[in-house]
Amino acid sequence: MDRQPTDIEAVFRREARPVVAALIRRGATVDQAEDAVQEAFAVAARLWAEQGTPPRPGGWIATTAKRRLIDRLRREARRGDKELLSQLNAEPVEVDVSEDDRLRLIFTCCHPALALEARVALALRAVCGLSTAEVAALFIVSEPTMAQRLVRAQRKITVARIPFAVPAGDELGPRLSAVLAVVYTVFTSGYNAVASGHNAVASGSDPGAAGVADRSRLCDEAIRLGRLLRLLMPREAEVAGLLALMLLHHSRRHARTDDAGMVLFDDQDRSRWVRSEISEGLSLVEQAPQLGPVGQYWLQAAIAAEHLRPPSADARDWTRIARLHERLVAHTGASPVARLNHAIAVSMSEGPEAAVPLLDGLADRLAAYGPYHGARADCLARAGRPDEAREAYDRAIATTDDEPAQQSLRQAREKLA
Amino acid sequence: MLYAALIWTRWDSDEDLDPAEFARYQELNQVSAEAGVRAGGLALHPVSSATTIRLRNEEVLLTDGPFIESKEQLSGFYLFDCDDLDQAIQWAARIPGARHGAIEVRPVMIEH
Repeated sequence: MDRQPTDIEAVFRREARPVVAALIRRGATVDQAEDAVQEAFAVAARLWAEQGTPPRPGGWIATTAKRRLIDRLRREARRGDKELLSQLNAEPVEVDVSEDDRLRLIFTCCHPALALEARVALALRAVCGLSTAEVAALFIVSEPTMAQRLVRAQRKITVARIPFAVPAGDELGPRLSAVLAVVYTVFTSGYNAVASGHNAVASGSDPGAAGVADRSRLCDEAIRLGRLLRLLMPREAEVAGLLALMLLHHSRRHARTDDAGMVLFDDQDRSRWVRSEISEGLSLVEQAPQLGPVGQYWLQAAIAAEHLRPPSADARDWTRIARLHERLVAHTGASPVARLNHAIAVSMSEGPEAAVPLLDGLADRLAAYGPYHGARADCLARAGRPDEAREAYDRAIATTDDEPAQQSLRQAREKLA
Repeated sequence: MLYAALIWTRWDSDEDLDPAEFARYQELNQVSAEAGVRAGGLALHPVSSATTIRLRNEEVLLTDGPFIESKEQLSGFYLFDCDDLDQAIQWAARIPGARHGAIEVRPVMIEH
């Protein structure tokens, strides 16, 4: 008889999210849908233990959850819910559950008519199924603040009638970009928190108490979203590109920091890289261009692949890396940071003398950006121009807030002839 | 469902509306009417002709000019009858003023 709870857990993992999406599609709020599905599983736990698992457990859960939702709407009899109630009563008892609803839900939650922070919160709440408290802790705001953000976003979806649909034709491209931006924002929020040492943080509502969130979980959730998108949109090259990018970055999480802080790429302990994620990321980088035109996520993933594929850091092919950076510059509308990264790659492929003019061309745009002056100082030092390098190091130190980074810049300046 | 597409543009009071722009508005009027989307619309005179009214303690207070002093001013609006926000956004993007000003799309709460 111990078999039953395991069955329910498997059904929950498989069916809970699609059923929630199906109920939201019918006009339920995320909270209403979540509660109804939780209640349906509670009923299932009792009933299935006595009577056995029904033939279509997912459909059973969906129908039960909808009935629970109707009961609750009747009981609470709130004015705003009247329309939803009459609509639910008018449609057939059976609920069709399909993965398509999950994809539609993603596009609705990530609609660019919503603010980015609202999209990110809704995606984690409605698509990933995190609780409001969990989302609040991950973004270091109080639970009421997050709850309000989620309510406002859902109200706008209803009132302005943001469609529950996957856009077609010309609309798909820009809308998919908005979805990918949300997923990548979730990922970088976790990645940067870990990199800057702000990983474990007390939640704003209750500082210092139990509300400590491991923000690296955001990376896991982003990758989960990326996998879901890859499953639902297997023909989209940039979906594959983004998943590859996240996997390749995430694979080095254990090697990126040690007790002293950040560890530079060349100094990382490669035995601590997660090989399975690297090989999955590399094969996605190979596959994506066969699906269609690639974009900035694939280009970044392809660059990461060039760094990770060779057996040692010395074996990297800097000419290829520089060429990929050049394409990325074109794709980002010549963003200054992309141009900086291109120049750094050129300093490795063609030598520091070739990179200095590229860097000088960015002086106006990146005057206040520490990493720019650091890269320029490094190129000048390698080109045998110590006086100019010293001046550049001084500027780099002046424009960098981070204490350890300042320290290593000072050390580099001391080494000059 | 009705959406109001509020047109915010810079328009100096002494300038006449650019004839090419006027023609583009007329074209949109026609196309949106033929598509069954156009449910109404107005173009307003420039804000130099505006009067702002407040009633305070049963007294009518007047100020010369618009309620909001900003570079962009409300210069008119369309009413679009659309299925959803995506469709309303597509029509709003076709308003000539979107090219140099901004269009604010708001769902209509009550119709008269």
